[in-house]
Formats: sequence, structure tokens, C-alpha cells
Amino acid sequence: MSVAIDVDAGFLNGIRKIADEFAAVNADDVDRKARFPVEALDALRADGALSALIPTELGGGGISFEAVAAACFELGRRCGSSAMVYAMHQIQIACMTRHLADAPWFEAYLRDVARDQRLIASVTSEVGTGGDLGRSNAAVTPSRDGNATFEKQAPTVSYGLYADDLFTTLRRTPDAEPGDQVIVLTHKDQMTLEQTGTWDPLGMRGTSSPGFVVRAEFSTDQVLPTPFPIVAGESMVPVSHLLWSHLWLGIATDAFDRARAFVRASAKQRPDQVPPTAQRLSHLMSELSLLRAEVNSALRDFTEASATPDRERLSTMASILRFNNLKIAASEQAPRVCQGAMAIGGIVGYKNDTPFSVGRHLRDTMSAPLMIANERIHERNALLLLIAKDV
Amino acid sequence: MDPESGMGERVRHIILQHGRLPTDIQALEDHADLYQAGMTSHASVNLMLALEAEFDIEFPDAMLKRSVFQSVASITDALERLQVSAA
Repeated sequence: MSVAIDVDAGFLNGIRKIADEFAAVNADDVDRKARFPVEALDALRADGALSALIPTELGGGGISFEAVAAACFELGRRCGSSAMVYAMHQIQIACMTRHLADAPWFEAYLRDVARDQRLIASVTSEVGTGGDLGRSNAAVTPSRDGNATFEKQAPTVSYGLYADDLFTTLRRTPDAEPGDQVIVLTHKDQMTLEQTGTWDPLGMRGTSSPGFVVRAEFSTDQVLPTPFPIVAGESMVPVSHLLWSHLWLGIATDAFDRARAFVRASAKQRPDQVPPTAQRLSHLMSELSLLRAEVNSALRDFTEASATPDRERLSTMASILRFNNLKIAASEQAPRVCQGAMAIGGIVGYKNDTPFSVGRHLRDTMSAPLMIANERIHERNALLLLIAKDV
Repeated sequence: MDPESGMGERVRHIILQHGRLPTDIQALEDHADLYQAGMTSHASVNLMLALEAEFDIEFPDAMLKRSVFQSVASITDALERLQVSAA
């Protein structure tokens, strides 16, 4: 136990150093140019952080999920885009390690990820499915030589051009229903990516997420044996909501820290008076602590539910509602905290080039309610509430 | 559990009404996967509500999960467990 804690602590020390020395230093440039945060990702690779969640027996770091969530928080404090790329990669890793089912191809693949620090992006959204993760049009299509192919039209693929491999949801066969999905891992040299759009968004500009038509040819061993609906319910959805929420909390925490730095600077100019902004900072602290409490309690609930036999509790509707609520609450609260921080700093918070700037924080967190649209989640919750008992 | 039992037929009838399957429920075996047959998660909630009404039971949260509503057999099995515990 204490060895595991030491390993986690060492990992997080490394992450904080990368966050300060690489993510923070380049955050404004990444944001301004809407470019991939190559410095932070190179540093994470060099540190072996891309395989943190892979068990040591497969060559990975054997780091706990809690520590990886904390890493997303730490990176989020310095560069939201770097944190989002790291979080999305770890979501794919978690889906594989938690649903490996002893598949030899995937075990060997995870060893490769650990050795080569391969970066994985996901291709889950699809044109024509109305943003529903649980439906696909594109299908695993048998080819003549016993292999398989797919062609998928994806409206966004985050860091698609920078990933070594893609993890793609597809219908199981060309005859399968839209909800009968599998997930397939393909390598860059097995694919072509035809870019179909541009990437000039309000925030999270470094995630570099234009649309693509992805075409691939692959071996059927590259289909994860566990059906995607199970992977989604027990892992992809709750893990996404948890890791995203941790990085949103990180961004909001840095916005709060900048507002506090501004208030302290004002107080030092007139040490005999409490500046009026100090009271607004107190209000903002309450808002931030609500966000932190929800993120922390969700992480605890997830760790406990993951430890139940067969992760039974994670597949219940009560659990789906719980992590949907995390997503809604955190994605609404994070931009609220950033906006509060901007109100405290006033014009120096609004400007992009002061130590108290929080424009990037506000713009980055405004993506949160859109990543799986909150209204869609409410729609799903409304249905589940008709039948779930204890929520 | 007897797949030919009356309960199995009642379950099939409710799936026919509420499961919104693109295929013929009578052509599916008791253990056939209803989700693979095209039952959406939306339809599965309607099915759960209809089953609660038809059998005058309430599924506890621990039973409200995908695997319980995956097939005619798993639903019948769940209903039998509930009625046995209620008796």
C-alpha cells in the first residue's frame, strides 16, 4: 500500500513539474495559434506518463486512477488543452485496461503503448447520429483477405493528426443495428485521414479537433472483445466525466488563484483597508468549493463502485445518473467560477496579457457544457428518472 | 425457469408492445440479445415501466441494469426472483 502511494506521489511530482515547465510556459501560444501543445505532450511522453494507467505487468506505470485524475487537475491548472489531450488519451487507456478480457492482441498493444508512449485519440462522434455515442452508422466490414475495413465520417477528432492510433466506435457488422457497437483500435499506418473542416474555436484551441473521414484496414484481432455498450457504461462515460471534471476544476482553480492574486495585490497597496473585491473573492471561494466537492465525491463513488464484483454498481441506472450529474454540475460550475474571477479582476482579468488574465480559462471551460451537450444528458436523465429508485 | 411458461409469453407480449424491435420478437430465442436485435436504451426504459405495471412490481436499483433486460430469459428470471421474494 505505501509503495503504491509512493509511486503515485512520484508520478504526481513529475506531472506538476511538466505542468509548470512545459504546459504553463506554452499555454498562451498554444491558445493564440490554436496549435497542438507539442511541448507538454513531448514532456509527458519522456516521463512515461502516457502509460501511467497501464498495469506494471504490461510494462505500464501502475498508477492509480485517483492519481491520474489528480494529474488532469494539475495540468488543467496550467493549460486546459494539454490537460484535455492527456485526459482523452487516458480515457482510451482505461477502456482497454478495464475491458481487456485477456485478449492477446490488446495485451501486446498496451505493452507497445508503454514502450513507445503511443498517443491514442478517439473517433466516437459521427455525422448523422445526432451526437449519440450509443449509435453508429459506420461498420466493421469484412474484406476479401479475412481482414476488415471501415469508413467513418467524424465531425470532430481531437488531436487526430497528432495521435499514433485511433480508437473508433463502429457497428459490429454491416447488418448490425445502430446500437450494436464494438470499438476498434487502429494504427496510423493502417489509416488515411481526410480532413473535412477547420479548427478555429472559442476555447480548448490546442486540442486541434477538426472533422475527418477516417478510412482503415485492420485485422479483426483489433476489435476489443467486450461489446462497446458495456465499455461505455462501465468505463468510457464515467471515466470521461471524471477526468474532464478534474481538468475543469483545475482551470477554475487557476482562475480563482489569479483573482486572489489580484485581490492581494490591491490589499498590499492599501494595507489599512480590506479591498471590496475581497468579499467577492469569498463568494467565489464558495462557488469553487461546491465544484471541488462534487468532483471529489464523484471520484470516491467511482472508485468504490469499480471495486464491486463485476463492477456491478457501475452498470445500474442510479450510477449512470450519478455520473451524468457530475458532468452537468461540473461543466456549468467551472465557467461560472471563471466568470466570477473575471468580475473580480475587472479589466486586468479581461485583458489577455496580464498576470490576472482569465480569458483563456473562461473560453476553455465554456466548451464543457458542449462536450456531450448537457441538454442531451438531461433528456437521458429525464427518462432514467422514470424508473430509477434511489438517486 | 421454464421457457414455455406463461410468464415468458407475457414478457414477449410486452416486448412486442414496448421494445420497438425492428425484428419479430417471436423469431428470437429466449436467450437472444434484445439490444443486439435493435432495442434502444430509450425503449428499454419503456419496457421496464411496462413490466412494472403488468406484474405490479418495482425493480430495485440493483436490478436496473442492462444485463437484466438483455433477453426474454433474463427478464423472466428477474421477475421470478422478485415474485419469489415478494411471496
